[in-house]
Amino acid sequence: MLVSDRGGVVMAGSGTAHMRNTVDAVLTVRDLTVEFRVAKDKIVKAVSGLSFDVIRGETLAIVGESGCGKTTLARAVLQLPPPNSGEVVLDGTDLTLLPKENLRSARTSMQMIFQDPISSLDPRMTVHQLIDEPLEIWGRGTRAERDERINNLLNNVGLEPELVLNRRSYEFSGGQCQRISIARALALDPRMLICDEPVSALDVSIQAQILNLLQDMKDQFGLTMVFISHDLAVVKAVSNRVMVMYLGKICEVAAPDALYSKPAHHYTKALLDSVPIADPTRQRKTELLQGEPPSPMNPPSGCRFRTRCHAASVRCAEQEPQLQEVAPGQFVACHHPIV
Amino acid sequence: MSSLLSVKNMSINFDTPRGSLEAVRGVDIEIPAGTSVGVVGESGSGKTVMCRAAMGLLQGSNVKRSGTVVFDGHELTAMSKEEVRNLFGSGMAMIFQDPMTALNPVRRIGSQLSEGLRVRLGMSKEDALVRSKELLELVRIPNAAAILKSFPYQLSGGMRQRVMIAIAIACNPKLLFADEPTTALDVTVQAQILQLLRELREDLQMSMVLVTHDLGVVAGNTDYVAVMYAGEVVEYAPTTKLFADMRMPYTEALLESIPKVDHKSGTRLAVIAGRLPNPTDRGAGCSFAPRCKYAQEKCHKEHPELKKDPDGHLYRCWFPIGVAL
Repeated sequence: MLVSDRGGVVMAGSGTAHMRNTVDAVLTVRDLTVEFRVAKDKIVKAVSGLSFDVIRGETLAIVGESGCGKTTLARAVLQLPPPNSGEVVLDGTDLTLLPKENLRSARTSMQMIFQDPISSLDPRMTVHQLIDEPLEIWGRGTRAERDERINNLLNNVGLEPELVLNRRSYEFSGGQCQRISIARALALDPRMLICDEPVSALDVSIQAQILNLLQDMKDQFGLTMVFISHDLAVVKAVSNRVMVMYLGKICEVAAPDALYSKPAHHYTKALLDSVPIADPTRQRKTELLQGEPPSPMNPPSGCRFRTRCHAASVRCAEQEPQLQEVAPGQFVACHHPIV
Repeated sequence: MSSLLSVKNMSINFDTPRGSLEAVRGVDIEIPAGTSVGVVGESGSGKTVMCRAAMGLLQGSNVKRSGTVVFDGHELTAMSKEEVRNLFGSGMAMIFQDPMTALNPVRRIGSQLSEGLRVRLGMSKEDALVRSKELLELVRIPNAAAILKSFPYQLSGGMRQRVMIAIAIACNPKLLFADEPTTALDVTVQAQILQLLRELREDLQMSMVLVTHDLGVVAGNTDYVAVMYAGEVVEYAPTTKLFADMRMPYTEALLESIPKVDHKSGTRLAVIAGRLPNPTDRGAGCSFAPRCKYAQEKCHKEHPELKKDPDGHLYRCWFPIGVAL
């Protein structure tokens, strides 16, 4: 049993076999635990001893159902709020140890894009003010330089500066608001972009536009990305590595092509089987994943997925599975992986 | 086959400070009894307005309606608000996109669920609660007795949508309008809700209109599909026919833009460039022409008529795919 540095007992994580420990890692997260006290004796175990790394220029997709801790994980990386225990190392600096003022400046190099594009923009600010705000706060350039930068950013995300600069967020559609959010996030030249379900609130036709735009911005600005989604189909197009989460733990980590063609974890397979197929002649006959995840206040012992897993055995209740490499670059935390 | 719902030449205009907004233009749609019909289109294409108008819900002073709606022998367009209202519950019912806001947050699930039973079917309070519990079990909610006493905020999105479905089917409607019932939900829960709707439709002999922006959702859950664009139905066909042999370039573009799990990673997604035309000014030609990769001069000038294949496949295009001119 592990004891966290703040005194409480934490559950063992699902292992570190997938860590690449290279100097190219932009972000390294080790043994991250986030817990919320919701009542005197009730603790929500949102993220439990999770480790991962993201290499320069890579896009890591984090996939899982609502409540699996993906957003909490992303926020803990940004120290919003700081995690209960664990390390978050960005470019060699452990953010969890930084004093407040240094943390504030460190945050400029990592930006977040939120799920709801309309409510994440202040409705009283014009597009010009929205994008100028971070530049002004950090004193980047003169007025003229900043205006030029704002125009460039808007052009980059496919908006016409003259047409949009003086309008406010409510005058735009969801897809356009997401473009504005992307321009704002890129204003300070971040190294790392965390996208939290950036296309879930958008129509399919607009989804594709925003996904392509994120890919272009990544190439153009040399970004490293963490991309959070509940939909495996959406992340396939944009990611280099996919991490599947369930109730605050990692189930499987692999490159997208391997993960989609040969999922090794039963949960990954269930997620893949839930994606609707746009072909009436090719409907799946497989059994659907039933029910919803158990409460993170009282997660199952051993493997957390075992209560919904059809392959679960006695061992799954007793012993927590650790990540192991089942194929080159494919890691799975399961006692009975699909082979 | 007889039609349960028949919409003929329906147009809906809203008066706005910026002029008249044409939300629905000359829509004809038939819902045969016992079938499921998908209505697909982007945000702003008029799908929701069309459904609400088909239910007789749009009666504000700023709404101009024309055309007829006949449901199960009743001409809704000629009936008063009260008369139409009497058809709700046992004739037609609706489930909405956002299960978070569709339920009353300060009333317990049991009271919201039994309301329709007491008002529409005249049940006593006790009987209605017993039936409510059965309904929750019917939509596969575990521990139904406890859920009856819960408030909406205590339930997850998927559970709330199940409660909405239970309320909608409480009085055995003949036709269920499902307006984006799974858009706000996770893919796993979406699959569960769609499966539930399929099973309920079969058990209760219910017809359904499934409104969605996702052709993937339509594929396994409907018998017919109507594709809407800029307020018009631009294509209508049996679901298998539509996917196998689509005529409209818009339908093709919509299908191509869906991210699929069997795409190779790192490939660019196909997009539909541009966006829907301004609803206060639709222009003279085909509404989709500015975004269409096959558009020719004629498309920008003349509005295409609705054409019909011998098998009943309807489309609105000057240069349809797969048809020799």
